[in-house]
Amino acid sequence: MRQYYDDRIVALSARLVTPFIQLFALYVIFHGHYSPGGGFQGGAMLAASFLLIRLSIGTEAAQLQFRRSWGTPGSSIGTLVYLGTGLVALFAGASYLDYAGLPLGLPEPELRNLGILFVELGVAVAVTATLTAIYDDLVGERPAAHHAGLEDAATETEEADQVAEPADGAADG
Amino acid sequence: MRRVVLVVLLAFAALLLYGMARLPERGSPTAPPNTPESAVGTPNAASYYVEQAYADAETPNMVTVTLADYRGFDTLGETTVIFAAGIACVLILRRSRE
Repeated sequence: MRQYYDDRIVALSARLVTPFIQLFALYVIFHGHYSPGGGFQGGAMLAASFLLIRLSIGTEAAQLQFRRSWGTPGSSIGTLVYLGTGLVALFAGASYLDYAGLPLGLPEPELRNLGILFVELGVAVAVTATLTAIYDDLVGERPAAHHAGLEDAATETEEADQVAEPADGAADG
Repeated sequence: MRRVVLVVLLAFAALLLYGMARLPERGSPTAPPNTPESAVGTPNAASYYVEQAYADAETPNMVTVTLADYRGFDTLGETTVIFAAGIACVLILRRSRE
């Protein structure tokens, strides 16, 4: 976890495979209406492609693809898209999560079709961002290569930890 | 002691197998969950979903319709669980704030 080896074969094959994984993940998400699949499965595959790049090339280079700072906002936005779809239907006069009430001016079956799509997209975004964020948090904030010595890094992060945790709680509460 | 445990476990396995043998055939139209009405005469949800999924949502995959439309609250809960897991990991594992 702490050290990356610059291996061209691993890096190249991961870069070769990743777009196909992502394409198939998008297919699974958007074709969930017609075949097995949907937000959870497609989101997990999309996250797997991000993690493949993170594992093979390193977290630093993977920032170009999916930034570390996108993880928590992404999972929040995905969940909010789901909640928001239900709330829009609620404020338009229907029951909560009753997609027939979405104010889009389409016949009812098409509205439900669209509502399912919105919900699945929210789920996909939430799952992708959450899984990537969990990996990023497990690995840590910065790779050790940026520090002169490991001991300095350890003391630094411990101090930052003590400062950061109450701030996190206050921000959420 | 081990023998007692083994006997108890085997008896339990026999009980489970006996129960399984009496279950209706999988996918059988006469099985209680698949009939339009339950044993006490109330309408069953499953047969409604199977019959009406395409008419209601114009979506051929009735699993998706059930998951995201008829059972939308359940899927909302699942998404919230994943969100909560992510937030818990952030709070416990994140080392420093950028």
